[in-house]
Amino acid sequence: MTQAPRTQAFRIRGGRVYDPANGIDGSVKEICVEDGRVVRECRGAAEVIDATGLVVMPGGIDIHTHVASPAVNAARALRPEDHRANCCPRRPGLRSGVGNTIPSTFNTGYLYARLGYTTIMEAATPPIGTRHTHEELNDIPIVDKGCYLLMGNNEFLMRYIKAGEMDKLKQYVGWLVTSLKAYGLKLVNPGGVEQWKHGKDVEGLDDRIDHFDVTPRQIIQALAWANEELGLPHSIHIHANRLGIPGNCGVTLETLRALEGRRVHLAHVQFHSYGGDGGWSGFTSRAKDLADYVNAHPNVTVDVGQVVFGDATTITADGPWQYRLHKLTKNKWYNSDVEIETGSGIVPYVYREKNFVNALQWAIGLETFLLIDDPWRVYLSTDHPNAGPFVFYPWVIKLLMDAPFRAEMLKRVHPRVASRSLLPGLTREYTLNEIAIVTRAGPARALGLRNKGHLGVGADADVAIYPDARDREEMFERPVYVFKDGRIVVRDGEVVETCPGRTLYADVPADDRLIKEIGDLFQAYYTVEVENFPIPLEDLAGHEAIPVGRPGARAGESR
Amino acid sequence: MQVTKGVTCPFCGVTCDDLEIHVEDGQIREVKNACVLGRDTFLHHLKGLATPRIDGKPASVDACIDAAADILARARYPLIYGLDSTELHAQRKAIELADLIGANIDHTSSICHAPSLQAVQTVGLPTCTMGEVKNRADLVIFWGCNPAEAHPRHATRFSVTPKGMFTPQGRKDRTIIHVDVRKTPSTRMADAFIQIKPHSDYEIFSVLTALVKGHDLDLSEVGGVPMEEWRRLVSLMKDADYGILHWGMGLTMTRGKYLNIVAALRLCQELHRFTKFQGAPLRGHGNVVGMAQVLTWQTGFPFAVNLSRGYPRFNPGEFSVADLLARGEVDAALVIGADAVGNVPKQAAEHIKSIPLICVDPKESETTRVAKIVIPAAQAAVAAAGVAYRMDHIPLPMKKVVDSPYPSDREILDRIIAGVSARRPELVRRMRPAASAGA
Repeated sequence: MTQAPRTQAFRIRGGRVYDPANGIDGSVKEICVEDGRVVRECRGAAEVIDATGLVVMPGGIDIHTHVASPAVNAARALRPEDHRANCCPRRPGLRSGVGNTIPSTFNTGYLYARLGYTTIMEAATPPIGTRHTHEELNDIPIVDKGCYLLMGNNEFLMRYIKAGEMDKLKQYVGWLVTSLKAYGLKLVNPGGVEQWKHGKDVEGLDDRIDHFDVTPRQIIQALAWANEELGLPHSIHIHANRLGIPGNCGVTLETLRALEGRRVHLAHVQFHSYGGDGGWSGFTSRAKDLADYVNAHPNVTVDVGQVVFGDATTITADGPWQYRLHKLTKNKWYNSDVEIETGSGIVPYVYREKNFVNALQWAIGLETFLLIDDPWRVYLSTDHPNAGPFVFYPWVIKLLMDAPFRAEMLKRVHPRVASRSLLPGLTREYTLNEIAIVTRAGPARALGLRNKGHLGVGADADVAIYPDARDREEMFERPVYVFKDGRIVVRDGEVVETCPGRTLYADVPADDRLIKEIGDLFQAYYTVEVENFPIPLEDLAGHEAIPVGRPGARAGESR
Repeated sequence: MQVTKGVTCPFCGVTCDDLEIHVEDGQIREVKNACVLGRDTFLHHLKGLATPRIDGKPASVDACIDAAADILARARYPLIYGLDSTELHAQRKAIELADLIGANIDHTSSICHAPSLQAVQTVGLPTCTMGEVKNRADLVIFWGCNPAEAHPRHATRFSVTPKGMFTPQGRKDRTIIHVDVRKTPSTRMADAFIQIKPHSDYEIFSVLTALVKGHDLDLSEVGGVPMEEWRRLVSLMKDADYGILHWGMGLTMTRGKYLNIVAALRLCQELHRFTKFQGAPLRGHGNVVGMAQVLTWQTGFPFAVNLSRGYPRFNPGEFSVADLLARGEVDAALVIGADAVGNVPKQAAEHIKSIPLICVDPKESETTRVAKIVIPAAQAAVAAAGVAYRMDHIPLPMKKVVDSPYPSDREILDRIIAGVSARRPELVRRMRPAASAGA
């Protein structure tokens, strides 16, 4: 692990502490910080931070965001008009940038830190572009970060599945993770992106993929198995088939049923909880069916992908969906098919309050939050920037904590939503403890990050201290202090100090048994040399290995 | 004899990473797998080396760096330019320096494929990595480009002869079409050559798009080519399993400029109603694609970026190198890894000669000959390691195969940044340590 320069010790006194992982729910408690860690007691002189009247939480963790990848940068290159909406001047010690829906890298780090977030996960990197992803992550300061490898349409993987060579499949996946310093495995529209290379998509889990003769179900099950065999700290992370299409809830539930008994994280579930018959006129919410399933199955975690009204940029490996969105909106369209591995698509988008579909999408996200009983298994995300930029997290928190505000919003959006959604009847309000779970403790647990998402002794000293404002949006958009590794990086909502942050990667032991075979496959089908594929640790600005566990040792939600 | 395999070539945007280099006594003796351009790049790495000097007089590298920092610290509207023949980390440092001093920063895309970047900003881009061309493409169209001479191994590694997953017979599985205003050595690679009138590209793409959309046009010829031939081409495109249109400066630097590419990309997008049809510019002298990438992730914009107001602004025509210089606006220039004087229009070259000019380059060039300060650098991919981007945005590691007596571009820029920071402490003053709220 690369050490960030450490500074002095702090005693954070008098604040109400929300540390759900340690069962602390708003009691006043002193948090001591020294050498970048939370400690029982500072050994020497410590600066006192008076947090009286303030709320103290672990630093926020974003389990699913798109901030650094070849596709994210293609989106920046595609949208000069987006950047002009927000220019961020350079300040001494800090870099300039732009940033509306696709912030430049330095600005991305500053904006996350200014919300009290200290760890983020880039949710999609193609293996061949992961060197690029790490170079961008190196330029995202302050926060710790990791990336998930796009695996759900990998042609070598499909060959191993077809041949029934599961041991080789596991070695291949392990080789990719360890060579590329990745954190987890991502599946995007499994099988569907391969079909898109012929201009097609998949309809369901048992469609056969052209040429490879395997099904999405086989891909999903193989990767879930390999993920657990390798003992990766995070479960497989799935963007299910049929994203965004009315009536897709059936496929989503089928995906979950195919994984019963295995850990699974379902990404941006809002986009996958739709009823209807495929057309937009019959578009309905099936958030309740999804929530019921999640409530009954402790092996499942989800992030929401909450819609935020206004500008968005849709960026996803789900090429066929992006083509549909391009035809639907007539907006400009980028697509890139990536050899052997995956694809990507980008379409600018605007979510409008008065558009029925957008407004119902907004309501579906909130239903998901409010109908899933266990906050430990539902996490805050906007699938940034697909359903809106992450800078609106405080607004989403206010919607969750403030039922009258929600009711007011409901009156503003398209009138049909009130009759087509359960939202008007949902009176639940999230507590601060529950917010600390869905933005911190829960994601840390799902990611297997033992030193993050809590403030117990030994935890990374990533701490966010917020004013206890009645308006929860104001509260969460302007922390009084943010500590990263025990140093004050944000004061009164402004970045006052910066540091590089570390790249977190799953520490899968190197296993080179398959390297000859992989080399032959590279020679035949890739256009780069296999020896130039792995990324050495020296190429990461800072890094920390996250241990992998024994197979099955990290099951589910239990602590 | 020291043999290094898997070496990445810095010459063009094909960025071959399979070279084998033999070194003996600090000299490169043999280069395997490279094309003639790549082989010369390595074999002649010691020819025409630049020497450190100030105002034409020999000076130490330290003195040159110090003098460069002095000029840049005082400049009011400087330009940082070039950056194609270097590697990613040096490019990153150049942007950091530009941000520090509020410079204009532009690179050689500005005078070659910038219109391609503008076209993508306008309509988007359906594209793929070159491995998809190798594995899938059964129809390859080269339009206004000459890969046989500019990107020699494109044909054998990606687009014409290689055998791939769904192209097991290689050349036999592909139809190759060449469209240009005249025959070139690339014509020989093609199954068919379509010779068009100069400056008719926009019109042709518009007509092809109309045909794809099913409109029947009452025309006998377009661009000097009978409609029958265009109808045949449209059928070929629609019937292809996986098509790709490669273009070059024959589209970007002729009448219509970025609108030519807009029309070409609309055609590729429209063809998606029938099949997969991609577009990809044949880019890259050196690592120009890497510069566009890192500039985009750090500032949001791919070229022609101005930082004089403290934040990034993008405006081709205002902040692009040829225009900034032709209007005589910049008062100092730092050129890294490119021959500005040799490649910009005459009026622009005249201005850059008239201002304090700093040139960082391994080799002598028209720019080093007129520069006030010349700082020789270790050549990226030969004597300095780093990262290079291929034309399809795939990053590859550059290796160092020989030593150089000179520092790398990255180190030179790092030291210039330190020198400027020492002279302008207000630019880098650390922010006040956060006061204790409890004290």
